Amino acid sequence: MKPSTLFDKLWRAHVVRELGDGWALLHIDRHLLHEMSGAPALTELMERGLPLRNPELTFATADHILSTAPGRRGDSYAPGAKLWRSLRTHCESLGIRHFDLDSGEQGIVHVIGPALGLTLPGATVVCGDSHTCTHGALGALAFGIGSTEIVHVLATQTLAQRKPRNMRLRFDGAPGTGVGAKDLILSAIGRYGADAGSDYAVEYAGDAISRMGMEARLTLCNLSIEFGAKYGFIAPDDTCIEWIAGRLHAPQGADFERAAAAWRQLRSDDDARFEREECIDASRVAPTITWGTSPEHAMPVDGVIPDPAHADAATAAAWRKALDYMALEPGRPIAGTPIDFVFIGSCTNSRLDDLRAAAAVVGGRKVAPRVEAWVVPGSAAVKRAAEAEGLASLFTAAGFQWREPGCSLCVAANGERVPAGARAVSTSNRNFVGRQGPGARTHLASPAMAAAAAIAGKIVDVRCSA
Amino acid sequence: MSAPFTTVAGLAIPLPVANVDTDTIIRIEHLLDNGRAALREHGFAALRLRADGSEDPACALNQADLAHAPILVAGRNFGCGSSREHAVWALEVRGIRVVIAASFGDIFVNNCYQNGVLPVTLEAPQVDALLEEAQARRPLTVSLLEQRITTTDQRHFAFSIGPWQRQRLLSGGDDIALTLADRAAIDAWQRHDRGHRPWIWSAHS
Repeated sequence: MKPSTLFDKLWRAHVVRELGDGWALLHIDRHLLHEMSGAPALTELMERGLPLRNPELTFATADHILSTAPGRRGDSYAPGAKLWRSLRTHCESLGIRHFDLDSGEQGIVHVIGPALGLTLPGATVVCGDSHTCTHGALGALAFGIGSTEIVHVLATQTLAQRKPRNMRLRFDGAPGTGVGAKDLILSAIGRYGADAGSDYAVEYAGDAISRMGMEARLTLCNLSIEFGAKYGFIAPDDTCIEWIAGRLHAPQGADFERAAAAWRQLRSDDDARFEREECIDASRVAPTITWGTSPEHAMPVDGVIPDPAHADAATAAAWRKALDYMALEPGRPIAGTPIDFVFIGSCTNSRLDDLRAAAAVVGGRKVAPRVEAWVVPGSAAVKRAAEAEGLASLFTAAGFQWREPGCSLCVAANGERVPAGARAVSTSNRNFVGRQGPGARTHLASPAMAAAAAIAGKIVDVRCSA
Repeated sequence: MSAPFTTVAGLAIPLPVANVDTDTIIRIEHLLDNGRAALREHGFAALRLRADGSEDPACALNQADLAHAPILVAGRNFGCGSSREHAVWALEVRGIRVVIAASFGDIFVNNCYQNGVLPVTLEAPQVDALLEEAQARRPLTVSLLEQRITTTDQRHFAFSIGPWQRQRLLSGGDDIALTLADRAAIDAWQRHDRGHRPWIWSAHS
């Protein structure tokens, strides 16, 4: 048998029907719904009189258009209330397991899917959200889909997709102090570009990945879409399989052992061919932050803001626009830039390890005067755990707001916005123009860097934040 | 359900900006608005409007002769970011049926196909050549049957698209109905899988 990549094996294993010329009808093992894209799709399904084919493979939660203010309810943000109610009603009538606000398990869909054991190695996972690639950290073939595709999956439990090419991105070497998964992937996007992964499925490998914990792997895979890749994943290893063991909806006992034996087979063959291979020396990556309005505008925090004078004409024009929007001057160090806002949260960086990393930087210090700083845990479970181990009280004592779980300031579709003209250091995934609110200026960074910025009131190198 | 696609001819909107994300095409709060009129009103606001909210006359998307142009020539990585299908609907409400770029967001590409919009990927120099045509207001003809774009001076730019996808666009119609006609294959696949990977089927407890 011809040597295969893991991606090719997972793809083949899910083909219900070859459609020719690279397209195939794939079986979907897990369909995750959230209120913003899921509720309208369920309404369309009902209006078209189509039955839901597999409620037992369909799971829902609310995250996008909810308030995260302390004491919030599902309808606290009035414009989102209709879809929140609609999701609740549809899930009840169709028999969909719904992790709603009163369940104790609500959270950002890409945080709770893996944490509840819904996401499993080798499974196809889809959701009407581009950051579904996050679930690839467990060796799942996971990808974001559009509204029409959601209805197709609800009705048929399948989806027609075109097989992308294979890329392997290796991270070798030990990352230095203050450098984590967020820095590694932002630095890769900065080096290769925001469309480098376009039409590729990206397998992350290398000894820096092997040593990485699962929550860091989720962060890394989360930013695959910012690299241009719809799919980004890591072959399941013992770290992964042990992390899944015992989770609420994961297989248990003998079923788990049988599954784990199958999961251990999921890897690329040694001589499998990748259309593109790249390798990054993780030991040479500095804490990384974005300066512009695309995730590819990433730079080491100890560097200087790039100068359009040193770029080709098309790039220079884009850089000038970005610098203008961000109100930054080329050639100056980015460290020292004063900030107004800090957001620690999102499907990228709202898990317990993220909050621990931020809390470790905060220590007993205070948020700088005039800086507004938020911590939004990724799920009700993360919130409980962080409160139990004292992280929440550390954050509130320092002057951070400690909020309810949801997408909050990453998506800014929930009444929560960074004010126009304000400069934010955010642990989220997109620094697009207006993403965190019209006129908001976003610098993407790790939880440790965001915490350091909150304390200093300016962008700082976390390695110098004692 | 999408309308059949055969040949599209007309002016092209030049938009030589890289990384136009779907947030830029349509801001997220307008996903909650009712109806597609809002998409027309708010589409590309970040590019079309100046800081004071007035229309920027220098932006091609505001120019009267391009108000109904059916083709968009864009910079690389067009439609990156969020999976929102509203981004394609925001093109549709302007009458755009073809987008030409050196690369696209992969989720956006699928959303285009679902709505009978043709995404054409060409090499950067070819995109630049078509951009010149767009800027000079010379119309283009995009033939899906012949798989090529033709300029007024009869230069041809061939593009590739698989036969299955091409047929889907040519005939329009409803993917769900097509797939449901293959229900027996899905039933058989799932029957086999329940024995083979029982753990996939036991989470709903």
